[in-house]
Amino acid sequence: MSPSTATDPHPTTSPRGRVSTRALVVVGLVVSLLVAAVVSFYASAQPDGLEYVAEQVGFIDRAEDSAVAGSPLADYGTAGVEDERLSVGLAGLVGVAVTGAVTFALVWLLRRRGADRD
Amino acid sequence: MHVPDGFLDLATSAATGAVAAGGIALALRGARRELDDRTAPLAGLTAVFVFAGQMVNFPVGAGTSGHLMGGALAALLVGPWTATLVVSVVLIVQALLFGDGGLTALGTNITLIALVGVWAGWWTFRVLSRVLPRRIGLVPPLAFVAGLVSVPAAALAFVGLYAVGGQAPVELSTLVTAMVGWHTVIGVGEGVITALVVSSVLAVRPDLVLAAAPYRQATELEIREGATA
Repeated sequence: MSPSTATDPHPTTSPRGRVSTRALVVVGLVVSLLVAAVVSFYASAQPDGLEYVAEQVGFIDRAEDSAVAGSPLADYGTAGVEDERLSVGLAGLVGVAVTGAVTFALVWLLRRRGADRD
Repeated sequence: MHVPDGFLDLATSAATGAVAAGGIALALRGARRELDDRTAPLAGLTAVFVFAGQMVNFPVGAGTSGHLMGGALAALLVGPWTATLVVSVVLIVQALLFGDGGLTALGTNITLIALVGVWAGWWTFRVLSRVLPRRIGLVPPLAFVAGLVSVPAAALAFVGLYAVGGQAPVELSTLVTAMVGWHTVIGVGEGVITALVVSSVLAVRPDLVLAAAPYRQATELEIREGATA
């Protein structure tokens, strides 16, 4: 018997709605953009776990400003944009674009070289 | 969890920088085995999602908050080597563009979040999936545990680094209790997000969850045996 007969007779045994990789990536990118550019505005402004513990235990005053603390996107705000919502949103947008571009380029290079060598 | 400049001394920061560089070098080799035409786009998407998720701090009571680290999630989706690269890219972008996490602390943050976070999550899942039955329905709960464990694991690693190179004297027992305690609470949020995203991808494209591969083979074998019996 050919291997295909094992899967052909019962095509409904896997009722998963197959979604193309492209569709999945597009939907995922849209969700990520919404999270970074819109939902992020509603993020808790409380200190994160490490900052909180550093305050409690007593070494928070050792924290120094990063050398890029004066950058136009420092602390997820956009310099010169008054509207808080827009300021955070733009920063999120830029972050998503840069992170996405760098990673897509990196994995594309790694995948290509791997394929060439084989 | 992003460590700012100044918490750790320069020697410790240099050491974690070397560890981070070594980890990334290994990951550049290892990721080639994980990345193919199907998974490469998902790796890009994972980076973007982790960046976005890290922007959203959720409150965890008592005046503190946490956000997704994403290491366990990335490892389960695209494999631990690719995840190491993906989370490292996120941390580098955050440090250089947004001043989130110090510059001299970049190696420390890569070590804690991209190495400890990713691999603690990955091995937690692997070990549990070996001792528990291979039922696909167990993947989301195991993803929850992997996410949960990854956060206090990174917190514990920070305490270790602080014990070596901390810049202010503290009671280490107080530090370890506070760090692991709070980050276990934050880890619950990490676990929930990890399980939700993994089960979402599993629902539409089970082949794109790398950690679920052994489960799919088990399921397919059961179906084939059922069909031929």
